[in-house]
Amino acid sequence: MAEAHNPLEQFHIKPLIPIHIGGIDASFTNSAAFMVVAVLCISALMILSVRSRALVPGRWQLLAELSYTFIAKMLTDTIGKEGRPYFPFIFSVFMFVLFGNMLGMLPYSFTYTSHLAVTFALAAFIFVAVTLIAIAKHGMKFFSFFLPHGVPIAMAPLLIPIEIISYLSRPVSLSVRLFANMMAGHTLLKVVAGFVIPLGIFGAIPVLGLVAVTALELLIAFLQAYIFTILTCIYINDAVHLH
Amino acid sequence: MPQFDIATFPSQIIWLAISFVVLYILMARVALPRIGNVLAERQDKIDDNLASAEEMRATAQADAEAYDKSLALARSDARAAIQETAREVSSDAQAKSEQLGQRLAAQIKTAEAEIERAKTAARASIRDAAVGVAQAATQRLIGTTPSEQATAAAVDRALGGRS
Repeated sequence: MAEAHNPLEQFHIKPLIPIHIGGIDASFTNSAAFMVVAVLCISALMILSVRSRALVPGRWQLLAELSYTFIAKMLTDTIGKEGRPYFPFIFSVFMFVLFGNMLGMLPYSFTYTSHLAVTFALAAFIFVAVTLIAIAKHGMKFFSFFLPHGVPIAMAPLLIPIEIISYLSRPVSLSVRLFANMMAGHTLLKVVAGFVIPLGIFGAIPVLGLVAVTALELLIAFLQAYIFTILTCIYINDAVHLH
Repeated sequence: MPQFDIATFPSQIIWLAISFVVLYILMARVALPRIGNVLAERQDKIDDNLASAEEMRATAQADAEAYDKSLALARSDARAAIQETAREVSSDAQAKSEQLGQRLAAQIKTAEAEIERAKTAARASIRDAAVGVAQAATQRLIGTTPSEQATAAAVDRALGGRS
């Protein structure tokens, strides 16, 4: 039980169903379980609520429609009409990250977005896909992306490496931002919660703090999903339009 | 930190790929087209209703204009009728008052003639009486009766200026 008080205990990945394929550990873990739960919740929200196809939407249908229009608007605002083919992907990214963050707010749950492996895999996929889209759309012209317009040619030796480094660091910043935010918030919650029982009657003070931090974490859960998604949109916009 | 336990990476990434691909397929094939349809249908319905509302408004406006026009027509008709009647009535009244005036003037004239005749008659009878009185007085005073003509002449002389 001593381990349960460790604030990092909540991030432990425990295999629920051990699966090994050719020496690779593909066990169904608590992380995988919450991913499946998230997919089920998102599908229930987006598919079941719209089943009646009501002209005047009910609450759940309205929620589904609002998510749809929220992402559709984000997409057209950042990319424009050319962003239309990426809508299902952007929408899936947003919902997957948002539900990962939000499910993590439930007590005793697991936050799969607090793991670097998950966020980096997503960000790396986005990075590779965006780069491939850019090369497919613009061919060799894509590499002009690393020299901003109107820059004197003498500056090129300095600017091009900077631009390349900033481009290559995109997946790192994208994934670390999400993972670090989620991990820090959940660790903070756990640390504050650890004070409640030992303080006895004065435990009420950290409880008030917990309430405040929980509210903040809910905001951050949404905000980080939003940031992750809008940055993905901006990267796709760069790929589609270059400068 | 459990985040850097590389042994868990393969399973995390494998399950991420599986669940994300399932989610993407569900969203792209089922959920999003359906919601898009619902939204488009609603937009169509709203546009249709707005269009028919606009049509109805145009009809209502046309009706209102027709109503206003017929109202204005009726009003001007009524005004013309009122003026016509007023003119008729006033000319009628004028004619009647003229007739009345003529009748009254005629009556006045007859009445004046009557008065004149009465006056002359009265004057004549006064003269006859005066002649008789003069004759009788002369008889009493001097015993002779003056002739009718002489007395009458004398009476006329006496009445001369005052008739």
